[in-house]
Amino acid sequence: MTFINKISSIHLDILKEIGNIGAGHAATALSTLLNKKIDMNVPNVRILSFDEMMELAGGPDNVVASVFLRIDGEAPGSMYFILSLTQASHFIKQMTGEDGFSFDSVPYSEISVSALQELGNILSGSYLSSLSDFTNLNLYPSVPALSIDMAGAVLSHGLLELSQVSDYAIVIDTELTDQEEANCVDGHFFLLPDPDSFEIFFASLGVPAND
Amino acid sequence: MINSIEVVKVGIADMNIVRAPQLIRTSGLGSCVGVVIYDQVQELAGLAHVMLPESSLAKNGDLNIAKYADTAVKELVNRLIRQGARATALKAKIAGGAQMFQFASGNDMMRIGPRNVEAVKKELLFLKIQIVAEDVGGSSGRTIEFNTNTQLLNIRTVNKGVMDI
Repeated sequence: MTFINKISSIHLDILKEIGNIGAGHAATALSTLLNKKIDMNVPNVRILSFDEMMELAGGPDNVVASVFLRIDGEAPGSMYFILSLTQASHFIKQMTGEDGFSFDSVPYSEISVSALQELGNILSGSYLSSLSDFTNLNLYPSVPALSIDMAGAVLSHGLLELSQVSDYAIVIDTELTDQEEANCVDGHFFLLPDPDSFEIFFASLGVPAND
Repeated sequence: MINSIEVVKVGIADMNIVRAPQLIRTSGLGSCVGVVIYDQVQELAGLAHVMLPESSLAKNGDLNIAKYADTAVKELVNRLIRQGARATALKAKIAGGAQMFQFASGNDMMRIGPRNVEAVKKELLFLKIQIVAEDVGGSSGRTIEFNTNTQLLNIRTVNKGVMDI
């Protein structure tokens, strides 16, 4: 597909910076919300097949907690905030004080689902507003939707726009780590711009799309 | 000697064919639809993991035929026949087509699950292949595995457990 073939290392660097700024603000928001130290890795920008993308989230049948939102406005796309179930229940317990919460017992209490959705809302909101400031583009997030399900099932939804033009996705992936509990936290931000949005991002930052 | 039964995995927007005693599986179906077409006597089965309803949605030249309902079903049938399946004996089982996220907005992409199911059914009807069993719709992801010996489709969902259709 054209836009993927045309992408150069400077483009990838720009996308990395986009992820860095967005997720940096989101990590700060998370840290403030939970009153603890949150670490963030330098984002990865990868061109992946759809199957490889599922592997990033632990494989297609790995069950994850995901908050999904569509980005409307000048540079449409999809965005995911993905947490492992351990991590998500950890966050829920911290926010609601509901110590007995577990994803094993369905249905989940309304307050815990709502708390997790709000967490996703705050984080993706701060990701997008900093991205919007940086690029001077108007980006409007939809109301986030929460789903606790297999990674393949939730992620394929965000690939629908892309899948009409390509078998590959450019994934801007930022991992979050909780310092106090080593190797426990795994939060991922996935930003999946729609195919036409790449040029818009590049143009807004003054880089021609084909150089 | 231990005989371990081989499970062939089918990725997203992909298809494959197996012969008994092999099993065929695809994981994490959301709005995608898993189509199994089989010939019971020949013990042949094919599985396609369909992502979009129509190949006319494709916006560029090189078409991945396994991605679209209309092209994937046709190709799967052709491959099965090439392997010795009899066109008139083919039957189908389908699963998937869920709506993973509930949105208020009326964007057509948001109801892609039901559209995928409709497109698969339309194509199967056109090719006169009977749908023996189905588990479609809802809002849960599915992992499916077809057993070529028993012709049962095993479906696993988060929270709802496992069932055979």
